[in-house]
Amino acid sequence: MNPLPLVAVVGNPNAGKSALFNALTGARQKVGNYPGVTVERKSGRLLLADGRPVEMVDLPGSYSLEPASPDEAVTRDVLLGNQKGERQPDALVIVLDASNLDNHLRFALQLIELGLPTIIALNMVDLANRDGLELDPTVLQRELGVPVIETVAVRRRGIAELQAAIDDMLSAPVCGVHDRVKSDLIHLQRRAREIATAAVVSETPVRRWTHRLDSVLLHPIFGPLILALIMFVMFQAVFAWSEAPKSWIEAAVAWLSNAVSGALPSGLLRSLIVDGALAGVGAVITFLPQILILFLFILLLEGTGYMVRAAFLMDKLMHGVGLSGRAFIPLLSSFACAVPGIMATRTIDDPKDRLTTILVAPLMTCSARLPVYTLMIAAFIPNTRLAWGVGLQGLVMFGLYVTGIFGALLAALVLRRGVLKGSGAGFMMELPKYQWPPVKDVLIGLLTRAQIFLKRAGTIILGTTIVLWALASIPQAAPGQKQSEVSIAGHIANAIEVVVRPIGFNHDISMALLPAMAAREVAVSSIATVYSIDSPDQPASANKLEDNLKRRWSLATALAFLAWFVFAPQCISTIAVTRRETNGWKWPLFMVTYLFALAYLAAGATYWIAVAAGL
Amino acid sequence: MNAPVHIDVIALDRLKVGTRARVVGVDWPALEGGEACRLKHFGFEEGVIVEPLHLGPFGRDPIAIRVGRMTVAIRRRHAGAISVSPLAQ
Repeated sequence: MNPLPLVAVVGNPNAGKSALFNALTGARQKVGNYPGVTVERKSGRLLLADGRPVEMVDLPGSYSLEPASPDEAVTRDVLLGNQKGERQPDALVIVLDASNLDNHLRFALQLIELGLPTIIALNMVDLANRDGLELDPTVLQRELGVPVIETVAVRRRGIAELQAAIDDMLSAPVCGVHDRVKSDLIHLQRRAREIATAAVVSETPVRRWTHRLDSVLLHPIFGPLILALIMFVMFQAVFAWSEAPKSWIEAAVAWLSNAVSGALPSGLLRSLIVDGALAGVGAVITFLPQILILFLFILLLEGTGYMVRAAFLMDKLMHGVGLSGRAFIPLLSSFACAVPGIMATRTIDDPKDRLTTILVAPLMTCSARLPVYTLMIAAFIPNTRLAWGVGLQGLVMFGLYVTGIFGALLAALVLRRGVLKGSGAGFMMELPKYQWPPVKDVLIGLLTRAQIFLKRAGTIILGTTIVLWALASIPQAAPGQKQSEVSIAGHIANAIEVVVRPIGFNHDISMALLPAMAAREVAVSSIATVYSIDSPDQPASANKLEDNLKRRWSLATALAFLAWFVFAPQCISTIAVTRRETNGWKWPLFMVTYLFALAYLAAGATYWIAVAAGL
Repeated sequence: MNAPVHIDVIALDRLKVGTRARVVGVDWPALEGGEACRLKHFGFEEGVIVEPLHLGPFGRDPIAIRVGRMTVAIRRRHAGAISVSPLAQ
């Protein structure tokens, strides 16, 4: 059987490559890794007009075939047919930013020299026109000797024409593929400039939108203020916008557990479903709205081009602790989840810079901490409105995030002075034009996140909750005894409690810490499961977790618990991805050790200070 | 007549925001391999017109520079390795 024709989408970073790939392949995409390296492989399927399928692969953005990062090395190796796990593409779609031809044509010329069937997508022509630039694609086509199609991928303009051209290209015979490129960079750059100049029909000098926006957003005073404001709004929104959908999910779970309680006789099976599965997983999926809101912000910041500006604003400060502005993006992504954040560090060229970023990434408050934070704050921090619509709860949340950030900066500083001593790495980034990301691309991103989260809730979290339910239910307590004390889990917790008692942790927390290693949000479901088992006679609705917490925990303990979660590396996925990204156990073990030590100290200090303050 | 009698050559990091200048040389040996490669990718080379657009809020570092039709951000230290000759306004 012949494999499907493979067409690679290739181009400079910021040429709109991913948007074009999305427009060609739709939402059915496969995201994986190239074997042996930690570079993402994104593939999808394009259906030609007559229904024949074509496999499309989105290669990492590159400036040339001389790689300056691991991502760029993969692009080169795939194109030359040297990449493990990928055959050489049958044809190329080169994506060019119409308003940046002098630079992007250099890479295009290199790619055309390879001799593969090639089409050029002259993308973002609308932005070029907005900047007063008129281009003649026929000149480009003549000079380059390959078909040139004008596209605006984000508006799906030119996509049908591009598909037709891909069809034509795949049916034409192929002659003479080269395995390397002869022309040197300087020569190609000269030629690129000549062609770019020839292709310009007219250029009206206009005040460029991007420049005008940057004058405000990169302003030495307003820039950092706006960045702080955006982050503050983001974290307030995570709290405020999620209230309604969260209560709907809670109501649905409560209804479901009542229905099951009514349908099943009292016993182990009912306890397993209601106290184990529903109480545990139900407690966790109520945080889906918050996670989606956070990801919405991150996707918008990335898609509009603001994320790079944030890196620009933060570079000097990051440099001060031995990181680069490039680390800002992986670290900001770590607010959603440290796993993609750590994977995003691949764009950092300097190895020590990258390792430092990986080691501090888990200190960024990831979305899995949100369930823990939200629950504790809702239970212990009064919902007081301070001035200007700012709530006390939101403020505490903000404080937890800030603590994580300062913890990370401090840790980076210490690491760079100690185990990872070395010269500071560089910061060189292109500032792309601002644009509004297509709704569809944002939705695809959100959908992927929702799937990942629900899959976790359905597998890891469900599994751990059931195991914990079993450990917490067996053996059954005699009347008058507390189930959580008698059970196997109770005995394990007793051992942990010896260690964590000095920092104010109670039996409930000790019981939650071990399963929460699977994922932080399991702490919430674990506590929910324990309380649910302890009070089997209460209907689920009266068994509200917050009320239980308020009755059983002191404020000092709650605060210590929050401080613990700012630092503790309670996430097997993060440890696993660190092992993969650093190729060994040395650094993940180092990370776990120093983070647990920090967590213990922070929780202890919080508890002792709170007790001393009479809380 | 585009060959002025006297050329003022300064380092790019000393060029004022909003002043256009022509690159007259890059001290490639002062840069590490990857950094030099990236600067070439951005199109920094002799003869190119550059213009600093924005400065970082802390220590006026990094610098956002227009090079050709692109805007790129580089650190002050790297800009120091690029010598430019300001164009008459």
